Amino acid sequence: MDRSRVLAYFILVIGAVSMLVPFLWMLSTSLMSTEQIYAFPPEFIPNPAQPQNYTQAMTAVPLVRFFWNSLLVAVVTTAGQMVTASMAGYAFARLNFPFRNTLFLLFLATVMIPPQVNVVPLFILMSKLGWIDTYYALIVPGLFGAFGIFLLRQWFLGFPKELEQAAMLDGCNPFQIYWKIALPTALPALATLGIFTFIATWNSFLWPLIVTNSETMRTLPVGLAAFKGSFRENTQWGQLMAAGVISVVPALAVFLVGQKYFIQGLMSGSLKG
Amino acid sequence: MQNREEWKWAFIFLLPSLLGVGIFVAIPVIASFGLSFAHWNMLSPPRWVGLQNYHELLVDPVFWQVMGNTFYYALAVVFLEIPLALGLAIAMNQPGWLTKVFRTIYFLPVVTSMVAIALVWNWMYDPRVGLFNGILNFVGLPQVEWLYSTLWAMPALILMGVWKNVGYSMILFLAGLQTIPEELYEAASLDGANRWQQFINVTLPQLGPTLFFVSVMSTITAFQVFDPVYIMTQGEPAGTTNVAVYWLYQNAFELFNVGRASAIAYLLFGVILTLTLIQWSLRKRWIDQES
Repeated sequence: MDRSRVLAYFILVIGAVSMLVPFLWMLSTSLMSTEQIYAFPPEFIPNPAQPQNYTQAMTAVPLVRFFWNSLLVAVVTTAGQMVTASMAGYAFARLNFPFRNTLFLLFLATVMIPPQVNVVPLFILMSKLGWIDTYYALIVPGLFGAFGIFLLRQWFLGFPKELEQAAMLDGCNPFQIYWKIALPTALPALATLGIFTFIATWNSFLWPLIVTNSETMRTLPVGLAAFKGSFRENTQWGQLMAAGVISVVPALAVFLVGQKYFIQGLMSGSLKG
Repeated sequence: MQNREEWKWAFIFLLPSLLGVGIFVAIPVIASFGLSFAHWNMLSPPRWVGLQNYHELLVDPVFWQVMGNTFYYALAVVFLEIPLALGLAIAMNQPGWLTKVFRTIYFLPVVTSMVAIALVWNWMYDPRVGLFNGILNFVGLPQVEWLYSTLWAMPALILMGVWKNVGYSMILFLAGLQTIPEELYEAASLDGANRWQQFINVTLPQLGPTLFFVSVMSTITAFQVFDPVYIMTQGEPAGTTNVAVYWLYQNAFELFNVGRASAIAYLLFGVILTLTLIQWSLRKRWIDQES
């Protein structure tokens, strides 16, 4: 018993170190001088620390603007998903209407479509609408999704009917019941969806790469990729890693705060599958 | 409430999602199918060409190289990731605050942007002064050219893909392990089964559906790989890291060959859909058997 526990912890520690090293490597490179960065064998501790890599990165590219774009797109997308998914989820769980199950299955079927299959027609649609290089293209297609509908429907199915019936007798219409009674109870499910959507949108790359042209419209991942591509020969790894650290921190912070909800979301996707 | 009244409200509640999913998912997936039978450069009007795009793909050696690379990447990631994730989940399947800390650490790569990860790994794979060659140097092994080597570029991407995703699979295995009743292990140990025999005769069969689900999910994720190829190799050297989605991107947005890009998209969709449907039907059978 004891020996197997020691072995288990040994494996876990080795694995955890391998998980952390690239993050630490990014952080330590972001604080190193160019001479130290190109030392071989590689050095681990910045000496002396060069925090100016961060300020230099911010003047080399509009990093603050990228950050703001990413934040705006992720926050609005998250809020929008919460609204559309909870409304549809509520209808599927609580209201009776013809073809309810067929329609729900149709929604569910869309999760099987890999987003890459749709990028070409979606790009064409965006250019017809004149949305290329605007926030509309970055935000609007992400406001809807079947995963959230599924998640919120599950939640509302388990929510007791008595409160709703009392509200209905008081003369509330379905929208008032949804907004005032059902939605406040659904906060854990909304948190799961919110954290999921925020992290996915924050990290998204292919779509913002396709629909942005000008530098000022780029999100962090697209800006970072272009920053790296801007070096013909000698990449400024210190500055690039500094920009990387800035881009990684918000998603990690959201994950650490809402870890419980995030992992619940993953499970609900798998166990019900 | 009147029936009609309730239908009206349901329609209002569903309207945003109906419009959104309809316009941004359902119509594009049909349009993509249609475009795969056309020649179009996004400027002159599209021209119907029947199966020509598919035919051209099948006789193009680049297509077979790209497909081979994609399968190589996906299968290698899955075969490395599954045993690793299962081993870690078993090691982690014990109470205590320490395992929670480990769980968080293993999850960090999963929630981090692939672009940021690809940047730092790109740097770690630097052939002159990177961390990996530093380690090889330290243990006295010869240096490797990593992303510049036709032999090693793909394994370098595979290793990074496993690192990024292993925590996700591990969490799913952990959830699966926690549903196995303790009595089964007690019965097995009364029968004199050692830990390895318990693993083979209790854990693996009980974990069957989870194992299958995780394998399919990881395969699907791996088939969709794009970001690291775009950031680190652009499909080079000599096309050895060009994968389906990157090639699709090149055809659509660098060569403006919309028809061919759509045909690639649909072939990829076919592979992924087949995998998903197998997963769903087998899972249904498993659940029916259990109940």
